[in-house]
Amino acid sequence: MNRRTTTPAGSPRAAPDAVAGRRVLVTGTSGLLGGAVAQLLADAGYGVRTLQRRPVDSGWESVQGSVADPDAVARAVDGVDAVIHLAAKVSFTGAWSEFVATNIDGTRVLLSAARAAGVRDFVFVSSPSVAHFGSSIAGAGAGTADPSRAHGHYARSKAAAELLALAADAVDFRVTAIRPHVVWGPGDTQLVQRVVDRARAGRLPLLDHGTALIDTTYLDNAAAAIVRGLERMGHAHGQALVVTNGQPRPVGELIAGICAAAGVRAPSRSVPGWLARSAGSAIEGAWTFAGSRGWVHDEPPMTRFLAEQLSTAHWFDQRRTREVLDWTPAITIDDGLARLAAYYSGR
Amino acid sequence: MVAGTAHLSTPDELWPGVPASWSRTLSVPSTASIELPGTHRRWHVLDNIDDLAGREPAGTLLCVHGNPTWSYLWRTLLAGATSASTVAAGGPWRVIAVDQLDMGFSERTGTFRRLADRITDLGDLTDALGLTGPSATGPLVSVGHDWGGIISLGWASRQRERLAAVALTNTAVHPAGFSLPPALSLALHPAVHTWGTTTSAAFLRVTHGLARPPLAPEVRAAYMAPYLTVPRRAGVGNFVADIPAAPGHPSWAALASVSEAVRSLDVPALLLWGPKDPVFSDRYLRDLMDRLPQADVHRFEGAGHLVQEDRDVATPMFDWLARNVLAAGGGAASPASVSRPVETYTPMLAELDSRRGDRSVAVVDMAPGASSTALSWAELAERVDDLATGLAGLGVRAGDRVSLLVPPGIGLTTLIYACLRLGAVVVVADAGLGTAGMSRAIKGAGPTYLVGIERALAGARLFNWPGLRIAAGPLSVRKAGLLNVAATVPSLLAAGRARRGSVPFPPADPDADAAVLFTSGSTGPAKGVVYTHRRLAAMRDTLRSTYDLRAGTALVAGFAPFALLGPALGATSVTPAMDVTAPATLTAVALAEAARAVQATTVFASPAALVNVLATSGALDDGQRAALATVELLLSAGAPIAEPLLARVQALVPNASLHTPYGMTEALPVTDIDLAGIRAAGNGNGVCVGTPVSGATVAIAPLAADGSVAGQPSFEPGVTGEILVSAPHVKKRYDRLWITQRASVSIPGWHRSGDVGHLDDAGRLWVEGRLGHILTTPAGVRTPVAGEHAAQGVPAVARAAVVGVGPAGTQAAVAIVETAPPAKRSGLASPALAAAVRTAVADATGVDGVGMDVAAVLVIDAMPTDIRHNSKIDRTALAAWAARRLAGRRA
Repeated sequence: MNRRTTTPAGSPRAAPDAVAGRRVLVTGTSGLLGGAVAQLLADAGYGVRTLQRRPVDSGWESVQGSVADPDAVARAVDGVDAVIHLAAKVSFTGAWSEFVATNIDGTRVLLSAARAAGVRDFVFVSSPSVAHFGSSIAGAGAGTADPSRAHGHYARSKAAAELLALAADAVDFRVTAIRPHVVWGPGDTQLVQRVVDRARAGRLPLLDHGTALIDTTYLDNAAAAIVRGLERMGHAHGQALVVTNGQPRPVGELIAGICAAAGVRAPSRSVPGWLARSAGSAIEGAWTFAGSRGWVHDEPPMTRFLAEQLSTAHWFDQRRTREVLDWTPAITIDDGLARLAAYYSGR
Repeated sequence: MVAGTAHLSTPDELWPGVPASWSRTLSVPSTASIELPGTHRRWHVLDNIDDLAGREPAGTLLCVHGNPTWSYLWRTLLAGATSASTVAAGGPWRVIAVDQLDMGFSERTGTFRRLADRITDLGDLTDALGLTGPSATGPLVSVGHDWGGIISLGWASRQRERLAAVALTNTAVHPAGFSLPPALSLALHPAVHTWGTTTSAAFLRVTHGLARPPLAPEVRAAYMAPYLTVPRRAGVGNFVADIPAAPGHPSWAALASVSEAVRSLDVPALLLWGPKDPVFSDRYLRDLMDRLPQADVHRFEGAGHLVQEDRDVATPMFDWLARNVLAAGGGAASPASVSRPVETYTPMLAELDSRRGDRSVAVVDMAPGASSTALSWAELAERVDDLATGLAGLGVRAGDRVSLLVPPGIGLTTLIYACLRLGAVVVVADAGLGTAGMSRAIKGAGPTYLVGIERALAGARLFNWPGLRIAAGPLSVRKAGLLNVAATVPSLLAAGRARRGSVPFPPADPDADAAVLFTSGSTGPAKGVVYTHRRLAAMRDTLRSTYDLRAGTALVAGFAPFALLGPALGATSVTPAMDVTAPATLTAVALAEAARAVQATTVFASPAALVNVLATSGALDDGQRAALATVELLLSAGAPIAEPLLARVQALVPNASLHTPYGMTEALPVTDIDLAGIRAAGNGNGVCVGTPVSGATVAIAPLAADGSVAGQPSFEPGVTGEILVSAPHVKKRYDRLWITQRASVSIPGWHRSGDVGHLDDAGRLWVEGRLGHILTTPAGVRTPVAGEHAAQGVPAVARAAVVGVGPAGTQAAVAIVETAPPAKRSGLASPALAAAVRTAVADATGVDGVGMDVAAVLVIDAMPTDIRHNSKIDRTALAAWAARRLAGRRA
């Protein structure tokens, strides 16, 4: 984790007095986005507490334990005003039971503990994939999460968890779901580093020439929107909001931009999307099988989910999100790519 | 339900789109001649009376289905009758859609009911409903479809006192020479009739299959619901057997009496038509228009027999009723509309008539190789009269439509002025529409006569274009027979010469139709545009006074509509040697030779023609260059032209003033600007097209955030909105497109152009694109032209278009560029090109400091453009292409 003093992206309109003394539990701070959210809160004057599976020296107050452990969670929520829940199992592979344990049961435990402890506000960080089912998305709204139709263990379990979270929304326990779409930035190991590594190895084809238009969210914007979700809880509670940069781009152009920022050659090979989607299914199956035998430990090179993400349009109507959060992203895609380039050149 | 919308029944619906509350069954005393006295029959109807919730309806619509449908056909009218907009316009209306006896869910009587019985049945039903009869009140509107049309008209003609209007959709009432279409002849054939209509459900399935796009399965099932078994289909078979195909048929007399009675119906009439109907084709529409000359007509291009399923007929129906039945009428004129004095009217033929003795050259046709054919004014006047006499001898009368499929030149000019002489209406569908577009245009206009060159006549035969065929040139007897030609222009000229003076030519009514022209079709199917004699004359007068085109001017006619005005202007006109249907075939040499032939001082051309003139200018010799040097005025019309191109044209015609008028088929021209004016205007948001021409006024209707037109016409500088035009030479109306016409004049006193732009401080108009091409981005409404110009400024970009992709209000802006040299394959622009275009567009489109965010830049091998001008980019097609590409599927 790159500990840095961030300039809060967006426009934090909450005056310091309003947040002084407000204490917020942030889960999932070992991840890039969770860390950024905690940092942003701390910079804005909130008291930050984290829940960590392993002891780490983050500089913030920390409770050690898992989200699925009721005792640890009870200690974590004790005395906080709000919870921002990012901890999740994010993977293309793995057994369904693992996703249930972390993503569904963990959320359930955290919700009930928070409510019992008198926590007032709860931000559930979700994903647009909970409500979109493989077809192309062009300017769509958030939609309702549907575990029975979401693709892949991750999206399915997050959909179930989001339904649990929003069902808990009440006058004295306000819940919102913020769904950032494809978060990227310096230090990102999920998308950026994978793109860069594969491109460097010459193993990154474009699907359908990379023409699919997709929305992404620069890291700082995603963190700012999540914090805005807390600050605008009076308007945001009870609903799910997709968050993006509001600058859809062809996936090929984004990948080229990331590669350029990292100083590697952009891919020029293209394979048809349908081929990748079916191949992705096969590889995903093989990887899951191999993983269950302990033969492989990394993520598969292509999954059906990833193939869908990279070969079909995924961009969203941001008007309601921006109105509810009273917020616009501060970092443009070009700004973000410049920061990414600075990050790689400084390495 | 509008076509294609999936609609599953909800629990309180009986069928998709039909709430249970509409369904009524009642027992009605039956007085038809086939019934025994005292017989009652059980009727099923759909009735929206519950939806009225006690409100007094403005009137009642009685809707009668045909065969083999049922009242379900009219469900959108029942729903629309109480909609907010209908109520706001003086509604609601009560709508009763009947199931005829033996049809739908009405009683299966076991009788064979003929046309006369069915008309009586309908009266029995409306008496029982209290709609008709001694104590009934309130206006009645009869609505019919298919064979229900004639039944409803029979009923309507017996309800004169209360009948307020008639509305018909694809139907027919014409008994004389009633030639059944092949599809129906087959259905009626004794060998297949019972099997096709009753034993099997074939007739039902074929009819339901006529919907375009196809019916949703649940809607198809609803249409089938009353006819699932053989006994329930008996009425379907009897209905077909009752079609009076010949005078001996038992229902012939009833049909003849109704179809004559229709002529005496003087109430407002509305005909909504789906032309792609294999049975009730356009010829029956024309017959109905003849019987109901007051009718407003809308042909839904592309729609078929089940027009109610294919298109929204409810909205126009209630809009029409509000304007034609309710007292409300036209509404107050908007404050900004322009009142103008009545112009003096000089007939189109006045110049020609005044020059009967003039032996100087009037018209010249250039042929390749500098040879030419010429007529003097005296010869032209004589020829026009002879041809008019010949045409009259063939039967052409005032008001008849004559389609002219003849390339510009002396032949076309003679035909046009001969028709104007007779008061016949010229229909000018040019080959620039493409074969399919031209075919649609001719069928839509429905000419009584069709004059064509051989190729056009072959097309007429192949595509079954209407109209008695006349060949434009001499034809061998064998070919005349083959092409089914009734006469040739040479033979008509000879016949006219022989009978010279025998036919009187009374002056045409200035307000009668004179011409039907067609829009380019770059914005959907080409629309017919009707000009009266007065409005054509106003177009001539506007050109004359704007460009000082006096008698004695000599002009090169390289742009069709204006070229035809030469004889009316008193100007000598020369048609250059070119394929006028392909403007890009005009060479510099051909232009110069044409100019030299008449010492032309004026040139009319299109931008595409000028591009080719520049490309071929190397072939000019000194004499030809000298001929071009005498040109004083060059008009580039048809599409905007870029300043650099115009500057290069200036080098070819060094002494000419270069003008580019802006206009549309509906108003030619609207504004004008010259090269100096273009340079003075500089860059801005859009294309500067100058100031209004003589007699014209331009205003702007501001846009709302969703892109719709909102607010009063404005002359305020800087306000972007729809461009409104008021001028004496604006079209009279769109042809057989009542809904389109209504929309085009919905701002009283103005023609809505469908273009978007703004006025500047100097009163100049800037065109920013088409209303249909605006982008509704999350940042607000944006117009494409400024961004496109900026993108075209990027090296390597030849042409650019900016379109919106995605849902209205949250569209992503996409730039599509044609590169120089053109790309071999369409696809994503390189990151460098994308970045350059994105930056250029953002910099040029700053509104409140925020430029347009271009989501994607695509490279296309060739832009889709219209055929006529080869210059208008089809942004609608382009946007659809971009959306497919960016969805990640293969385009």
